[in-house]
Amino acid sequence: MLQAAAFYIFSAIAVFSALMVVFAKNPVRAVLFLILAFFSAAGLFILLGAEFLAMILVIVYVGAVAVLFLFVVMMLDIDFAELKAGFAENAIVGGAVASVLALVLVLSGFIWVDANSAQANLAAPTPEGVSNVAALGALIYDRYVLFFQLAGLVLLVAMIGAIVLTLRHRDGVKRQDMHKQVNRKREDSVEIVDVEPGEGIG
Amino acid sequence: MFTAIANWWGSLPAELTWSLATIGQIMAFVVPLLLSLAFLLLMDRKVWAAVQMRKGPNTVGAFGLLQSFADFIKFVVKEIVVPAGADRPLFLLAPLLTFVFAFITWAVVPVAPGWVISDINVGILYIFAISSLGVYGIIIGGWASNSKYPFLGSLRSAAQMVSYEVSIGFILVTVLLMAGTMNLSALVEAQGGGFWNWHVLSLDMLPWPTFLITIPMFVIFFISALAETNRPPFDLPEAESELVAGYQVEYSSTPYLLFMIGEYLNIVLMCALMTVLFFGGWHAPFDFAPFTWVPPVFWFAIKVVFFFFMFAMVKALVPRYRYDQLMRLGWKIFLPTSLAAVFVMGAIVVYTRNAALGG
Repeated sequence: MLQAAAFYIFSAIAVFSALMVVFAKNPVRAVLFLILAFFSAAGLFILLGAEFLAMILVIVYVGAVAVLFLFVVMMLDIDFAELKAGFAENAIVGGAVASVLALVLVLSGFIWVDANSAQANLAAPTPEGVSNVAALGALIYDRYVLFFQLAGLVLLVAMIGAIVLTLRHRDGVKRQDMHKQVNRKREDSVEIVDVEPGEGIG
Repeated sequence: MFTAIANWWGSLPAELTWSLATIGQIMAFVVPLLLSLAFLLLMDRKVWAAVQMRKGPNTVGAFGLLQSFADFIKFVVKEIVVPAGADRPLFLLAPLLTFVFAFITWAVVPVAPGWVISDINVGILYIFAISSLGVYGIIIGGWASNSKYPFLGSLRSAAQMVSYEVSIGFILVTVLLMAGTMNLSALVEAQGGGFWNWHVLSLDMLPWPTFLITIPMFVIFFISALAETNRPPFDLPEAESELVAGYQVEYSSTPYLLFMIGEYLNIVLMCALMTVLFFGGWHAPFDFAPFTWVPPVFWFAIKVVFFFFMFAMVKALVPRYRYDQLMRLGWKIFLPTSLAAVFVMGAIVVYTRNAALGG
């Protein structure tokens, strides 16, 4: 009974906050509702017995990705009137995209509606008596190790690409070089001059 | 008498008894935690005062023992001021988030054998997940204040906490590789039998000198914990010389109190984590008579208080970092070091396991 109650609470919050992501007028609030949706999805994962996925969802999406989202959105200077202005001309395209997405969701829902066939569709059945984390680890690092490594490599390439695109060296910018600072000797910069009165160092 | 109560308790529906028992456990954690926090706060101020050759709070109660309670009453009876341009719901939500996230992490911290609210098998991940949420209280608070200094402070803290989380994560991976489990109780159990078995020394791994990895990892964890909890020398989000008080500028009365309790609770949590991960949790330093008479929870508490003392000393002794130096330390020194440690520790674990299997 408690589990059923928890399920309904989490899914109600998830659906409500997902709707509020779209309907919220303030983009910062929209991102916060998105975070709430992630969070309740993590709760649903725990109810399914997938605690590892739930924790990773919270760590990666809520703890890191959404923080950067929020970071960017908070710094935007948003004009609400301008945001609403383009509603009419974009409504048709937006509606078309939304209905295609809805269709995909409903179709996939039909395929997975039967829990028994869903179990049969699993590429690897859930083993008995092994903790969730251990089972997932054995699968990822054993059977799918190549795909796992390739996915990591793709991410690495994307990361390096982003750095290369934004990295630029400008001349005339003063940067701190710790190594240089620490290795600087007294003799390099201090010169003791014996100045005669009334003559200067010229 | 007792059997009558037991029978009556057993006759209640299972959901109800489970809920009541869990709420009871939570209260048994929260109340001692808040009480000890009051005295830890006083200790923080006393240590700080002693370093600066002052007396510190000494008028309320004997030796100022009741100072924290006096402060508490003062905060609670003050008026809550919400700035005119602030986003009111979010402004009040932010301190609540900090407060709640600081508390719920304690659900998986084992203070003595079996003394834990929820003994889940992804305990380390849970702590990592919840501590990564702590940043939201600060960001939302800074943004909702609709004021420049809080906003700058919250931006700084967002970057800072995300950066240091990465190295903390890798250190956690190193430790869980050693223990082979993510359950915190099992992690502590693996360190039993004397201080040489604690992860920070881990002499039971000999002839592999794993302490060459774990001692630096502990130091990095300690420094990252300072940065993660916005403690001096990394208190840039609230640097009073630059940002007045950062994200807390617009807060007063109870919301400010919630921020402060959350912050100190996070510090105590970090001390507890160091105890659990590196210093054997509730285990006594020696596994024979006079030491084993002391209850385990006492050993846990004394280790936590010791680390809290270290935090207080750092606050008193070390000048504040500059922001770019902080980022450099996190990304260019701690991250590569901890990543290398994960790599080496993984290799050692794989080798020793295979050797044990005769492979």
